[in-house]
Amino acid sequence: MAYVPIADQDHELHDPHSFVTKYIWSQDHKVIAIQYGGTAIFVGLVALVLSALMRLQLGFPDTFSLIDPSAYYQAVTMHGMIMVVYLLTALFLGGFGNYLIPLMCGTRDMVFPFLNMLSFWVYLLSVLILLSSFFVTGGPTGAGWTLYPPQTITPGTPGHDTGILLMLISLGVFIIAFTMGGLNYVTTVLQARARGLTMMRLPLSVWGILVATILGLFAFPALLVSAIMMTFDLTLGTSFFMPAIMAAGDQLDYNGGSPILFQHLFWFFGHPEVYIVALPAFGLVSDVLSTHARKNIFGYRMMVWAIIAIGGLSFIVWAHHMYVSGMNPYFGFFFATTTLIIAVPTAMKVYNWVLTLWEGDIRLNTPMLFAIGFVFTFVHGGLTGLFLGNVVIDLPLSDTYFVVAHFHMVMGVSPVLVLFASLYHWYPKVTGRMMNETLGKLHFWCTFLGTYAIYLPMHYLGFLGVPRRYYALGSTDFIPESAQALNANITIAAIFVGVAQILFFINVFWSLRHGKPAGNNPWGATTLEWQTPDTPPKHGNWGPELPVVHRWAYDYSVPGYPQDFIPQNVAGDFGVSDDHGHAEPKA
Amino acid sequence: MSDTAATNITESRSGMAGLVDDWTSDKQTYHVPWGKAMMWIFLVSDTFIFTCFLVGYMTVRTSTAEPWPVPAEVFALSFFGSDPIPLILIAIMTFILITSSGTMALAVNYGYRKDKRMTAILMMVTAAFGASFVGMQAFEWTKLITEGVRPWGNPWGAPQFGSVFFMVTGFHGLHVTAGVIYLSIVARKVIKGHYDKKGFEIVEITGLYWHFVDLVWVFIFAFFYLW
Ligand code: HEM
Ligand SMILES: [Cu+2]
Repeated sequence: MAYVPIADQDHELHDPHSFVTKYIWSQDHKVIAIQYGGTAIFVGLVALVLSALMRLQLGFPDTFSLIDPSAYYQAVTMHGMIMVVYLLTALFLGGFGNYLIPLMCGTRDMVFPFLNMLSFWVYLLSVLILLSSFFVTGGPTGAGWTLYPPQTITPGTPGHDTGILLMLISLGVFIIAFTMGGLNYVTTVLQARARGLTMMRLPLSVWGILVATILGLFAFPALLVSAIMMTFDLTLGTSFFMPAIMAAGDQLDYNGGSPILFQHLFWFFGHPEVYIVALPAFGLVSDVLSTHARKNIFGYRMMVWAIIAIGGLSFIVWAHHMYVSGMNPYFGFFFATTTLIIAVPTAMKVYNWVLTLWEGDIRLNTPMLFAIGFVFTFVHGGLTGLFLGNVVIDLPLSDTYFVVAHFHMVMGVSPVLVLFASLYHWYPKVTGRMMNETLGKLHFWCTFLGTYAIYLPMHYLGFLGVPRRYYALGSTDFIPESAQALNANITIAAIFVGVAQILFFINVFWSLRHGKPAGNNPWGATTLEWQTPDTPPKHGNWGPELPVVHRWAYDYSVPGYPQDFIPQNVAGDFGVSDDHGHAEPKA
Repeated sequence: MSDTAATNITESRSGMAGLVDDWTSDKQTYHVPWGKAMMWIFLVSDTFIFTCFLVGYMTVRTSTAEPWPVPAEVFALSFFGSDPIPLILIAIMTFILITSSGTMALAVNYGYRKDKRMTAILMMVTAAFGASFVGMQAFEWTKLITEGVRPWGNPWGAPQFGSVFFMVTGFHGLHVTAGVIYLSIVARKVIKGHYDKKGFEIVEITGLYWHFVDLVWVFIFAFFYLW
């Protein structure tokens, strides 16, 4: 019997009619994407406010007394956890993944729209549980976003009873939400692509999101298991992670557990998590760079393989976060080696971005500025990562501001710059209007220069030995007075950057009504999402006929073709249109 | 105008060539329905969960300072005043679960032959085996609890023994329970003719889940009860 792919079989598509089914209980991937994005940005703002509170305390310890030491711990913890999990993971995968996968793959929706809708609502629930911990007695947990036992549970840590419990439950719920969404994304990309769209013709955005989702599906289980075990330690009095220990003068009822086990489980999740955030950013930025440089991405196949290699390697480097934990030193040797190996595919990607720009017809508009800004910050964050990956260098730098500077550059600032690049780039598709360029450029320069003003000095503080997660420096012999002056400057820069984000929100809301109408393909881009019959795309995305793909995603500036881009769904023998999308354009 | 869209592969080649075909084809990487692909991915993800549980268990078993209770003695039952037989209940439970995999496989077979009645009956038999497994597990829990095993301690040694026991068997038991419910729902829909048009792949997808739950049990059995 001839094989009929499911995507070709008839599917019922329920057109939503009422306001509620259209915008609230919606199963349309585009609406779900916006719901995910809006929620993520909202909690992200909460985390931003928390960081401002911390910075005011650090910069001007005697002037403001907004928070006490306990509240500082709570702010650090919630800031870190929200930024990493509830903002970046949710926004890249739930937001951009949902919006772009069906459009870039030329399908009408995710394969299981109902599950997709459920994913968002469960995510929202996890956010509400998390935020509710601000309002319980004792407040949210102050254990640090790594939640290391024993101090997560021992009395003395803020939120050691209710706060931490809510955090663990919220993480569990988040993981369920992520799994429902993630299964959908992976299945959609693997099984429901448009006719002619082979894997090796996919835009890199889809590759990045796909591999990141797979990482999530394999890494979150470790977090789930450690959350379950810690919940039992907390509520039932088991001793998975808790050794025999005295706290506040009392012997606690724990005995024989292994705190290091938690660290292993946590980082088996935690390191891939870095790439769950980074890989979608890599993908999205590749597409933005290529579109606005009017050039094909350099080394497409190499880029794909690098994404896959980084994804695979990211599972065997986790203990580079544990050099000072007291684990067997031979582990340190192994994990330092794998960590340095992962730098190779990563560096390849950076070279390829730069070579994509080389001799391109670069259009320095807002998305492009953010994308190029990302290449800078990512190189900086990546280089300091090489330092920290080596055991001997990490030992003195561990738990100092050098680490804070490193991870903010590489997984804070860099992905956020890509987020902005992508928001500016795809906003016209989502809303049908262009964003204001002047405001956008102002926003870029404030953010880009501002983050350097924040994080460059932190490297230096780290060399001085300023420890992370400290409420105030106090007076020590090894930290000079001038460190405090630096701290004050960092705070001013941080407040400036925080406030500058208002420019972005003004732009988003202003452009919604007053932006220039965008048309279907304002950037002259090749990928399928720009070829929809309507902008914003209607329910079902494609009108009566699904698109058919004839070429890879990067046919820009092909000689002999009348315009400087060839959309993927244009047939004909120009540019790269052979079966497997080989990367060399015909001269 | 030449149509350069890659064409769909209509029949699968085998071996390496088939693998290459699958990955370079357009539309679908694997020639399976969406639901089945999704189930496979979910099961790999779930494998990570159970692996983490088992690795966690092995770590605490080696890290704890007190001796580990001997499973052969703890899990022994005596019938009518006989000498206690080690692991007898677990052996029966394991046997039942493996038998249920057999009935499940038969159900899948009848499903593809569109024999709705036999499919539904075999699925219900599978579910019944599963339910009896959970029942026996409840019996085992009760027995251990009356003997004084608690998540935070037990009369024989390392407190982690009880913690791991309740956590791992509980988590697996939840999977079996979910599977029983899942099987019953699908069996009902099979009888009602819900899949007459769509095809009976769903039976196989349910079966995948069920076999997975069995397989996981084999590992729990080996690592927890036999070690
Ligand atoms: C303007 C933006 C930001 C500012 C001013 C800021 C500031 C801070 C400060 C002051 C700390 C506490 C350092 C300490 O006392 O040890 C911190 C910790 C942290 N931040 Fe940020 N941050 C920003 C954005 C981000 C972003 C986008 C991420 C996303 C990855 C992020 C992730 C983290 C993490 C993971 C921690 C560690 C939390 C912990 O130690 O438990 N931050 N940040
Ligand atoms: Cu890492």
